[in-house]
Amino acid sequence: MELIQLVIGGVASGCIYGLVALGFVLIYKATEGVNFAQGDMMMLGAFVALGLVNSDYGALAFVPGVILAAAIMGGVGYGIDRLVVRQIIGQPQFALVILTIALGFVLRFAAGTIWGFSPLVLETPFAGQHMEIAGIIIGYEDMVTIIVTALLTLLLWVFFGFTRIGLAAQAASQNQMAAYIVGVPVHRINSLIWGLSGVVSTIAGVLYASKGAIDPNIGLLGIKAFAAAVIGGFGSLPGALLGGILIGVVEPVAARYLPGGISQMSPYIIMLAVLVTRPNGLFAQIYAKKV
Amino acid sequence: MSLLEVEDLAIHFGGVKAVDGVSFAVEAGEVFSIIGPNGAGKSTIFNLISRLYKPTRGKIMFDGRDITPLQAHEIAPLGLARTFQNIELFDHSTVLDNLLMGRHTHRSTNWVQDMLFVPAVRRAERAHRRKVEDVIEFLELEAYRDKLIAGLPYGVRKVVEIGRALAVGPKLILLDEPASGLSVEESQEVAYWIEDMRRDMGLTVLMVEHDMSLVTQVSDRVLAVANGQPLAQGSPAEVQSDPRVMAAYLGTEVYT
Repeated sequence: MELIQLVIGGVASGCIYGLVALGFVLIYKATEGVNFAQGDMMMLGAFVALGLVNSDYGALAFVPGVILAAAIMGGVGYGIDRLVVRQIIGQPQFALVILTIALGFVLRFAAGTIWGFSPLVLETPFAGQHMEIAGIIIGYEDMVTIIVTALLTLLLWVFFGFTRIGLAAQAASQNQMAAYIVGVPVHRINSLIWGLSGVVSTIAGVLYASKGAIDPNIGLLGIKAFAAAVIGGFGSLPGALLGGILIGVVEPVAARYLPGGISQMSPYIIMLAVLVTRPNGLFAQIYAKKV
Repeated sequence: MSLLEVEDLAIHFGGVKAVDGVSFAVEAGEVFSIIGPNGAGKSTIFNLISRLYKPTRGKIMFDGRDITPLQAHEIAPLGLARTFQNIELFDHSTVLDNLLMGRHTHRSTNWVQDMLFVPAVRRAERAHRRKVEDVIEFLELEAYRDKLIAGLPYGVRKVVEIGRALAVGPKLILLDEPASGLSVEESQEVAYWIEDMRRDMGLTVLMVEHDMSLVTQVSDRVLAVANGQPLAQGSPAEVQSDPRVMAAYLGTEVYT
């Protein structure tokens, strides 16, 4: 019983890791670059939503406020690619790593300047409520997190599998030159993917904020999400999500049953174990990367 | 008016004049070949036409329109498709998906319609699929329809690339060394296909090729280039017997 309780809470927090990991994978698939500001985009998304929704700020209704926040962060993601990342095209990969780490700092201090560095709580319509099924207590925020993640994953799957833009993005990720000559505007698609990644991060941020207080440093969760993406194979959307859920479940279970400290290390222990035994990740799609 | 007009085209990479003052015109319905020794700038001319490179000088007119200021992704919708010498396919997709990607510019439904799979999307999807099936039949790719590119032999990949270019529904198709690396039988097949493209599909073909027997067999006119500069232009026989062309290929000096 206790274990089931831990697992449910773990799946819910794992969904949040998974969504941030999805953000990593989206950008990696489209542009072959890693955005180390992904966690900070989640943080900023949460704060933008808070700024629109909370009664002492924008005081919008919850759902329209979150949708508006996601749209704004979509614009921020698009703009980051269009105005900043595109400037370093053709530079070594490492330039993007440094650029996005720096970008993370910028976002963190921008959020701190606007909303302060002390913890704030996002006002949600389902805060503190829970239901009880057969002796297991499920918080509404956990349930919302799991349902929203499932829906969003389904939506992304349909988007990439069936829409013109989604297919163009897949084409561009496989071969940019070929994508150009069949008429895919590769640069614009990349910017759109950054925008989409901003939207997904915002939803992750709102779900994170629904479970507790947020401050500008919560973006460091991005490191765990990065581990989740690596575990999943980094090129795989379902892999990222499942990697996140795996970490999310192992953490509380390890905290309960194993000696202190193991829990905090567990995401990285799993990542190392996966890298040693299955270097391409658990759900690798790209088996051999072209040089 | 010619379908494709290239006027005084030049591109310089630093001090290297990869293409320097090349002009030619391709008439609608003809097969026009560009030949020349390695490094003559043939593929560079193709990359300039498909706007992957930005010319240092000169102008490219296609179908009465100046395409020099356009970007690479704006070329395909005009009806100009191409293949690459080193094959640029979507390696982790099937043959069918690669060909369907060629239809990209013909899709007009938006993403909401696409996600809901509304009747208009279904109709369009069927039309694209029919078009692609025509291409598969024409190039005899039936056996490979659902195979991943990554596992296919070189010769088949070359054909798939031609197929993708045809799926674009072009007026002009640029073939960059379609016969390189192919066996004699395979390049003979390419020759037939080029004939059919012109005769049955009404396509105009611009080709870069080293295989002189293929060039002679299918070309109406030939342009020879060397060191980025035009040497001679005319019928295949005329160009082959031109002393400057022979000198460029054989490396002998011609004293006049």
